[in-house]
Amino acid sequence: MTHQPSDQGLDASFTIRRSSEFTLDLSIAIPRGRTVALLGPNGAGKSTAVAALAGLIPVNGGQIVLDGRALDDSEKGRFVPPEERRVGVVFQDYVLFPHLTVAENVAFGPRSRGMGREPALARAALWMKKLALDDLAGRKPGQLSGGQAQRVALARALAIEPDLLLLDEPLSALDVATRARLRRVLADHLTQFPGPRLLITHDPSEAFLLADVIHVIEEGRVTQVGSADDIRLRPRTPYSADLAGSNLLSGMARDGMVQIGASRLQIADHGLEGPVLVTIHPRTISLHRGRPEGSARNTWETSVTLVELLGDRARLQVEDPLALTVEVTREAVRDLELTNGAPVWVSIKATEIGVESDYPATDPIS
Amino acid sequence: MSETTARKRAHRPPALLIALGLIGLSVFVIPLVGLLARVPWGNLPELASSPVVIDALRLSVVTSLTATAISAVLGVPLAWVLARTNFPGRSILRALITLPLVLPPVVGGAALLFALGRRGLIGEPLHAATGLVLPFSTWGVVIATTFVAMPFLVITVEGALRNLDPRFEGAASTLGADRWTVMRRITLPLIAPSLLAGLVLTWARAFGEFGATITFAGNLQGRTQTLPLAVFVALESNRDVAVAISLIMVAVSLAVLIALRDRWWRAL
Repeated sequence: MTHQPSDQGLDASFTIRRSSEFTLDLSIAIPRGRTVALLGPNGAGKSTAVAALAGLIPVNGGQIVLDGRALDDSEKGRFVPPEERRVGVVFQDYVLFPHLTVAENVAFGPRSRGMGREPALARAALWMKKLALDDLAGRKPGQLSGGQAQRVALARALAIEPDLLLLDEPLSALDVATRARLRRVLADHLTQFPGPRLLITHDPSEAFLLADVIHVIEEGRVTQVGSADDIRLRPRTPYSADLAGSNLLSGMARDGMVQIGASRLQIADHGLEGPVLVTIHPRTISLHRGRPEGSARNTWETSVTLVELLGDRARLQVEDPLALTVEVTREAVRDLELTNGAPVWVSIKATEIGVESDYPATDPIS
Repeated sequence: MSETTARKRAHRPPALLIALGLIGLSVFVIPLVGLLARVPWGNLPELASSPVVIDALRLSVVTSLTATAISAVLGVPLAWVLARTNFPGRSILRALITLPLVLPPVVGGAALLFALGRRGLIGEPLHAATGLVLPFSTWGVVIATTFVAMPFLVITVEGALRNLDPRFEGAASTLGADRWTVMRRITLPLIAPSLLAGLVLTWARAFGEFGATITFAGNLQGRTQTLPLAVFVALESNRDVAVAISLIMVAVSLAVLIALRDRWWRAL
């Protein structure tokens, strides 16, 4: 096959009304050879995005352009049906055809695209070899382990030599131990695919490890776009902060101070004014038995409401007057006698508090 | 009462249910026993090979299989439309298709006569144009049995299509399969057990059809007299022949049901 896609990759910006209350509004650009993750909770509209890009549902507004070719354009009334797109999809739970063998599943695409039975099976054999599935050719999907089924789904999607690869929760059907191992395997296979790749997931570590750029999606719209570090260190919504384990607060900045509810925190940036997002990493908060000495100006007395041991570290909660997650060493918990209800002094250096203007999310790629 | 006794009792169905269940079973078994008791085993081969019986058997097999084939060709698309499209009045359409299941077959036969009879709404122009006369012909038998039996196929296949995860068809189309290929290689194979069950039900209903057939197609030996009609006539003339035909029908029906029982239970 002499298919030569241009180097433009995916450029999609569209809306889909799924009901009167729910509209998906997505703008996403993926150059060839790059992986973008769509990270969000269940019901955020991630699978709707997959269906639209694959051509299973038409968009209500906007357009989807792949390698310079419009696949769906609501204004020009253009819609390319799924069988005429070259979009490989690894579906959630894989959706392997239960009545066909592994080889027939992988050969289904080439066969449907006009190849004869024998060449299609030969093509399938090639991909099964690449994904170490040779021994499973004669099995039915019902006889496969989760990891094997995932590889078959990947082989089936790649066998049509797609211009775009979509992976909808490719690891969520697996148990935790298998997931960590297969994440690395999947990373290897993704880098070998030359086109743009879109990964749909609700698992932050999957997005952080597999994607170059992450779009956080909540209730149908993108709330943050950035690299794994951007999301981890500067989460913009409570959801992102939860994913990264950071404290995310919103407040009003003025004259080097941020008012958050009843509390006031000193910050390093004196120029900021107006609504801001404040992030405080749990490890940058220190705890003391008595009033701390030194340069930290943000200090107050409170009590511990929850202690959670995680290996050699511990996560604690304090609530009054500011609800924060604090991470300290296990030794600190012992030395400071930090138990539920224990009195404690909190201090945070102004320079450790991340503050940024609460302007709407923008897309750094486009 | 010891604990083990209580445990055993908990695993045993209540006596009342067993009693009612047995009475229920006897409703099916007693008529069969009555029939078997009257079988003239000695001259059975002779009775079963009489021209009346042979003609009726041949006609029954041909017309019931033809009606089943027509039901498959027309009923599967109809089921697909009912299951996969949304249009106003769809539930009314479904009620209309289910009607033959509850309608007395005689009424169905009469309706066919008014529509397709020589003086019927469609029958008259059809006769004028082509000379074709459907009532009292073998095609009349096929039409009457199709009318009565096809709903079984439509209902079974529609249910199966509804229960089929639409993502299988979606996945196939992203792989490059057009609608016809999806239907042929994904949809039909995946609903095959239900399709088969629907075909068996349809055939069984067609094989046993009486009321609509006798009303619309009449009772002519070799042309429209199927096995059930032959039984009806023989009951008046020769009871031994009636018993012999009944036995043939029981044997054929039972054989088919038993042969297909595994797929049958799975799909229904």
